[in-house]
Amino acid sequence: MYKYNEFDENFVRERVAQFRGQVERRIDGSLTEDEFKPLRLMNGLYLQLHAYMLRVAIPYGTLNAAQMRQLAYLAERWDKGYGHFTTRQNIQYNWPKLKDVPDMLDALADVGMHAIQTSGNTIRNVTADHFAGAAADEIEDPRPVAELLRQWSTDHPEFQFLPRKFKIAVTGSSTDRAVTKAHDIGLRMVRNDAGEPGFEVIVGGGLGRTPMIGKVIRAFLPKADLLPYCEAIVSVYNLLGRRDNKYKARIKITVAENGLEKIRDLVEGRFNELRREFNGFDQELLENIEAQFAPPVFRKAPTLAFDAYRAANPAFRSWSDTNLADHHADGYAIVSVSIKKHGATPGDASADQMRVLADLAETYGHDEIRISHEQNVILPHVHKSDLAAVYEGLRDADLATANIGLVSDIIACPGMDYCALATARSIPIAQEIATRFDELKLEHEIGPLKIKISGCINACGHHHVGHIGILGLDRAGVENYQITLGGDGTETATVGERAGPGFSADEIVPAIERLIDAYLGIRASGDETFLQTYRRLGLAPFKAALYPEKEAANAA
Amino acid sequence: MSRRPFTPKVVTANELIDGDAVWLTALDSWSRDMAEAELIDDEAIAQDRLLFALSQPDVIVGAYLADAKASGNGAAPVHFREEFRARGPSNYLHGKQVGVKNHV
Repeated sequence: MYKYNEFDENFVRERVAQFRGQVERRIDGSLTEDEFKPLRLMNGLYLQLHAYMLRVAIPYGTLNAAQMRQLAYLAERWDKGYGHFTTRQNIQYNWPKLKDVPDMLDALADVGMHAIQTSGNTIRNVTADHFAGAAADEIEDPRPVAELLRQWSTDHPEFQFLPRKFKIAVTGSSTDRAVTKAHDIGLRMVRNDAGEPGFEVIVGGGLGRTPMIGKVIRAFLPKADLLPYCEAIVSVYNLLGRRDNKYKARIKITVAENGLEKIRDLVEGRFNELRREFNGFDQELLENIEAQFAPPVFRKAPTLAFDAYRAANPAFRSWSDTNLADHHADGYAIVSVSIKKHGATPGDASADQMRVLADLAETYGHDEIRISHEQNVILPHVHKSDLAAVYEGLRDADLATANIGLVSDIIACPGMDYCALATARSIPIAQEIATRFDELKLEHEIGPLKIKISGCINACGHHHVGHIGILGLDRAGVENYQITLGGDGTETATVGERAGPGFSADEIVPAIERLIDAYLGIRASGDETFLQTYRRLGLAPFKAALYPEKEAANAA
Repeated sequence: MSRRPFTPKVVTANELIDGDAVWLTALDSWSRDMAEAELIDDEAIAQDRLLFALSQPDVIVGAYLADAKASGNGAAPVHFREEFRARGPSNYLHGKQVGVKNHV
């Protein structure tokens, strides 16, 4: 894992000291809110409905045990004993007091973390595949490149006042777990004909008000050209992107309005200028970073204990069926820890749970933890012979819910329970859906299904790429929930299709139930997933299930 | 064309240090309990009270006028967003739902 060098340490400490002075001046009245707001946003501090919110970056979703323990400490010392993991691999604290935030940032700096550029019109936290460094289908660990991008983008003087926020995601694997096609820049590692690793560069994806699937601007970019190429994209956007209209300011609109060809020509031109200025220093830096991401020494050991425990314990068997993924090392598994207990708030972990996760990672997981954009926690390197102990540790901390990828593994943004931008609540809808399907004992029968809920058009809950997406709106002063179907956030990314008129808060859970009942009735076999059935049959049968009155009226 | 009738308003904001939702009372203080808010029936007075709120940047942040109505218990929200601000989040008994501490 990357360890801060003296430069990083000094930079982060200096920013905390600056912010401490800014907070003091705000509190003593020498700064107005208008003057202070851009300063607090640069440091990840928002003001929400009931309190301030501090958004802390978890670069490319990677943490070690000491960092996780420090997140627990922050939650307990300065918040209400929990933190909320977000869809951009950040953690949010919902209740900090303004005067305490500089101390929180200092405590983060103690473990090499910060909240810089988690807000504002800058390059945000670079996200990555949460199975990075562990996935069986990976070309290379994408995190060294993500760290290089983090260093390049942090306080980059040219990119502190972009037309709008800018998000980069990177994956080293052909299976896209990082939603790269819904990012301003998506980087997918691929090999060229000579077998060398490089990147397919995707540009102009994004969700929000105008959802768009990113377009390939460069089919193969050699790894060594990554920084100048990304810098070329962002600098072209910085000049061309619209500043007259906030809703047209993202690069997806720049690409749509100018056309991919024009953007590509401008980017390639700028790239040719820039690559001369990158004289190899970035590659030295990358080599140094790569050395710090050397894989752990995987042990060779029998896995008989795993098989025996699995045979003897049905609950463990169920959990291992849903919550484990293939690891590239023999005898190892990737453990996804569900932060989606039925009826609980998606993505919320208590300080005690964070400490248990830290302990388990340290004892059984080579000191590595990942946060997924799906708001779960990953222990990427666990030897199968240790899975029983890990499971028991998780179970004792109420963290052994066996539902990864199932109907109750719901992404939900904070919605109007916290967020000042929200138009409706998301969390209670997620809680009710999960509780309902747990009561029905149907979720394993239903199989893989991604429900994603956003409490406003900005789509932090990724509803456009949910197999079932739910968007909460304000319709004439009442919460109203619109359903989209057939969305997909993977390498076959698709924006979901709107099913029809929205539902009230009371009607939305029964509507989802009708939808899933319909799927169970029309799927070709038990192996055909919801998304596959949708792709085979289209919207019609689902629409009929959602709006039975309309169907009856048409038949009459 | 007749003017639309004025919907009664309250002045609301967030407290500077802890960010909690607060309402301006008739006594010029800020309350964390919406029921104690001054319910304003007149547009000119509402604007005047908002200016008074905006002149206190060292106490509160982001003051605005929100629609409200009278209830047996004092001022009450009209829109659900204001209802949530007055009550706190629905997933935990946090914020205003933990004990009641009134004046700032």
